[in-house]
Amino acid sequence: MLSDTIAAVSTALGEGGIAIIRVSGPQAVRETAKLFRGRIPLTEAESHTVHYGHIIQPETGERMEEVLVTVMKAPRSFTTEDVVEISAHGGVISVRRVMDLLLQQDIRLAEPGEFTKRAFLNGRIDLSQAEAVIDLIRSKSDRAFSVALKQVSGSLSQRIGALRHTLIETMAHIEVNIDYPEHDVESLTAEFIKEKSREVMEGIDKLLKTAGEGKILREGITTAIVGRPNVGKSSLLNALARDNKAIVTDIPGTTRDVIEEYVTINNIPLKLLDTAGIRETMDIVEKIGVERSKAAFSEADLILLVLNASEELHEDELALMEQIHGRQALVIMNKMDLPSRLDKGQLLSYFNEESIVPMSVLEEEGLDKLEEAISELFFGGKLEAGDLTYVSNVRHIALLKKARKSLQDAYEAADMLIPIDMIQIDVRLAWEQLGEIIGDTAADSLLDQIFSQFCLGK
Amino acid sequence: MSYDGGSYDVVVIGAGHAGCEAALAAARMGCRTLMITINLDMVAFMPCNPSIGGPAKGHVVREIDALGGEMGRNIDKTFIQLRMLNTGKGPAVHALRAQADKFLYQHTMKETMEKTPNLTLRQGMVEELIVEDGHVAGVITKTGTAYYSKTVILTTGTYLRGKVIMGELTYESGPNNQQPSVKLSENLRELGFELVRFKTGTPPRVHKDTIDFSKTEIQPGDEQPKFFSYETKSSSNEQLPCWLTYTSEVTHQIINDNLHRAPMFTGIIEGTGPRYCPSIEDKVVRFSDKSKHQIFLEPEGKNTSEYYVQGLSTSLPEDVQLAILRSIPGMEKVEMMRNGYAIEYDAMVPTQLWPSLETKRLPGLFTAGQINGTSGYEEAAGQGIMAGINAARKVQGKEPVVLDRSQGYIGVLIDDLVTKGTNEPYRLLTSRAEYRLLLRHDNADLRLTPIGYDIGLITEERYTAFTDKKSRVEREVARLQETKVKPQEVNEALAAYGSAPIVDGSNLLTLMRRPEVEYSFVERISPSAEELDDEMKEQVEIQIKYAGYIEKQLQHVDKLQKMEQKKIPEDINYNEIHGLAMEARQKLTKIAPISIGQASRISGVTPADISILLVYLEHYNRVTAAKG
Repeated sequence: MLSDTIAAVSTALGEGGIAIIRVSGPQAVRETAKLFRGRIPLTEAESHTVHYGHIIQPETGERMEEVLVTVMKAPRSFTTEDVVEISAHGGVISVRRVMDLLLQQDIRLAEPGEFTKRAFLNGRIDLSQAEAVIDLIRSKSDRAFSVALKQVSGSLSQRIGALRHTLIETMAHIEVNIDYPEHDVESLTAEFIKEKSREVMEGIDKLLKTAGEGKILREGITTAIVGRPNVGKSSLLNALARDNKAIVTDIPGTTRDVIEEYVTINNIPLKLLDTAGIRETMDIVEKIGVERSKAAFSEADLILLVLNASEELHEDELALMEQIHGRQALVIMNKMDLPSRLDKGQLLSYFNEESIVPMSVLEEEGLDKLEEAISELFFGGKLEAGDLTYVSNVRHIALLKKARKSLQDAYEAADMLIPIDMIQIDVRLAWEQLGEIIGDTAADSLLDQIFSQFCLGK
Repeated sequence: MSYDGGSYDVVVIGAGHAGCEAALAAARMGCRTLMITINLDMVAFMPCNPSIGGPAKGHVVREIDALGGEMGRNIDKTFIQLRMLNTGKGPAVHALRAQADKFLYQHTMKETMEKTPNLTLRQGMVEELIVEDGHVAGVITKTGTAYYSKTVILTTGTYLRGKVIMGELTYESGPNNQQPSVKLSENLRELGFELVRFKTGTPPRVHKDTIDFSKTEIQPGDEQPKFFSYETKSSSNEQLPCWLTYTSEVTHQIINDNLHRAPMFTGIIEGTGPRYCPSIEDKVVRFSDKSKHQIFLEPEGKNTSEYYVQGLSTSLPEDVQLAILRSIPGMEKVEMMRNGYAIEYDAMVPTQLWPSLETKRLPGLFTAGQINGTSGYEEAAGQGIMAGINAARKVQGKEPVVLDRSQGYIGVLIDDLVTKGTNEPYRLLTSRAEYRLLLRHDNADLRLTPIGYDIGLITEERYTAFTDKKSRVEREVARLQETKVKPQEVNEALAAYGSAPIVDGSNLLTLMRRPEVEYSFVERISPSAEELDDEMKEQVEIQIKYAGYIEKQLQHVDKLQKMEQKKIPEDINYNEIHGLAMEARQKLTKIAPISIGQASRISGVTPADISILLVYLEHYNRVTAAKG
């Protein structure tokens, strides 16, 4: 327990410009080093030094995040273990990316209060603080527990439960073959194990796909409102948000930064980003806004392109449509209350009919159509109806990936005709990893399964 | 009135499989030991199937042998069949199973005990424990003898308030119509122990000459049998086959027609029966879609015509039992010699024990075997030897020996019992072990013989042989790793063997990692300069071939052992630790775990509770250290 390596985000999520992820334990340097590219490998870093570089995807070498990494070697750290602190750009997505990669290494998510616990157990914290440490663990655990309960509600729990059921049936079958070799139960073939592992791996893949949607549900679908200056982007945002946080004027370029607004449309939470009008500008202040708009634009899940229907298409807009092409997007033909001068035919080469929504934000006309289009885009056909399983937690994703890896190992072992009792090690591991997601790791249930599935005894 | 029957270091009550191992271990460790049993003709009796071993159970016999116990040696002398099971699976689950000549098994064990120095055998019924100053001090028998003793080991099997049930008939009895032990059970209750009621059962026995074996399938033993004991190198025992048949639809019809007379369903049976040893009526009811069930016919010995009908455990009335037997192919004209029956008995709630098997309530009193809620001869014997060792060590003022879950199935068994308790008779299964790959049949000596030697149960001679084997294996593994091979040297042989050629230079160890390459192949290419016997070769093969999986499990073991090493002081007061959840507080107080590892396995104790406990212990240790 104290010999493994743990990681957690140590700054409040989603706030502040910088997020710090802390890794502690004997493998902290070695495991983080696998994900870091800087001037020197982290394994060669001296204690108490800071390194600029990137977190990379270890398989592809792709740069994922720009980071500063601090290495503090045992015992001169908070926990007295080897500690690596990764400073990444604040914001949920970049933190999630880094955590996601870390937890796929030989690192697990820290339990509530675990850094403090380790610091105390390793003599780093004064004896008088013992009670405070206990309080911290208790309260954090209780809070984590209630959050976990909420997250593991309903359909996720059911989906994981179904996958685990397939696994435990397979495990029971393997166990009966081992523990009752003379019994007339069907002997287990490698093909059977492969088939079941594949089945569960496919289930995990589906869940992992919805991981994107899970992020959506917790943080909102990141929706970028883009368009040329003064086409009514902020008005649209306001109409959707029904309040007046963004500044709206008739002077082009007043929305100088990304404005965020959270709204719920037909139970779908949206994180609306109003971007500064996208066009080249010399104004330094506005230029920053424009840069950020582009960033927001590129990470958005959904793009709302606002056009002024009373004007002809601008070349900037054509360029934008080129960029948007292939992404999830809706086109809002605003200002329909004015005489239309926009050639809809031009739009149809980029977008299909359904994704073009005529509106008048000023008159609040067509808003319902937009809302309908948004919910249809995300749930209509894109997802299996009534099958809204969301995996939102970094921990869940890490465990799903680990379980998948275990099953892949089992599959390959079965393929190589490794004996079933060894394949079982990986099948069981997958079952436990899935169980951790829903907080059920009771080993006794395997015995229950064996004796309810098979008629055994002398 | 009682008279003084003498003083002992260890008194063992009961002479079943637990009692025998306990008494032998204590006596061999130099303790003056007395074993008392109700009937001295019943030493090491097998009241149910005349068979020892199988998955997990056979592993336990190997472990007992590796520790210096008797069961393995005794069955090797008295088997009438030996079979290695699971040979098509991984080495960890290869399991040896023997059919015993049940009479010879008893007589051989009794003879061994009679010849063991420091060990006295006495017939008698213990009715009461002597308690002095809160410590057990001896026992009193029905005839009024008081045997004084520093420690007492209870191995009462199914005798405590035993009750036999068959159809509408019930009567007080131990197994096989032996006298039950009633007063001792009452005495245990008076002393404050919590007892539960468990149930088990046995099938009828039939006369060999009335079986038509032509309608059954023969199940012979292995031609080249392996043995349980590391000491047994060969045997001249003749083997007898077992025979396989099946229940018929008529059987199931008879059972269904007579369910109203089955005590299982009429409510006469109160005790909890084991799921893994259901009666035939239970099987037919619960798995009604199954059209037939396996029945093995097993000889009970060379010099008897009695056959054990495995698969037909039942408590139906005698007339129904006969009808059932005669509905089975090959047994149309069978004669029943003994009927099957169910037996109910009192057992201790095993969470009242320390992992040493000493009771928490009454220091000096140990319990082992079926009284602790287990079932099976091997499970009993495994506890027996540990109780014997720990009673002897207590007498000698030494720390108890506790095996952890990575050291043996015995460790798994005892840890499960004392940490989680059991709500049905507990049977070992290999799936109960987290580190199955480490707890192999082949490496029981590597795991436990050093411990057996340290505690004085393994002779110098045997230990020397063990260390010799161990070092030869190590040297051979090292040699294979160091022996480089070039493509031109081995590719021809590999091709002939059906294995892919190597491209670059390699070594023999790497070649052996290939699933299809066996040691015998490598040996042909490059024979060892040292002499290696089959056991050593097998060890080399397993250690190399499964190194990847073994390494995976060893990493977990490392974590486990760190947790086991964090001891919890006996005087800890869980109510003083604020922050612990109420459920954890109650469970921890009740189980009184000896280590953080054990605490973490108690159901209802969460990881957060364990964290808090760790912080508290650190605080406690620092304060204690500061006080000096």
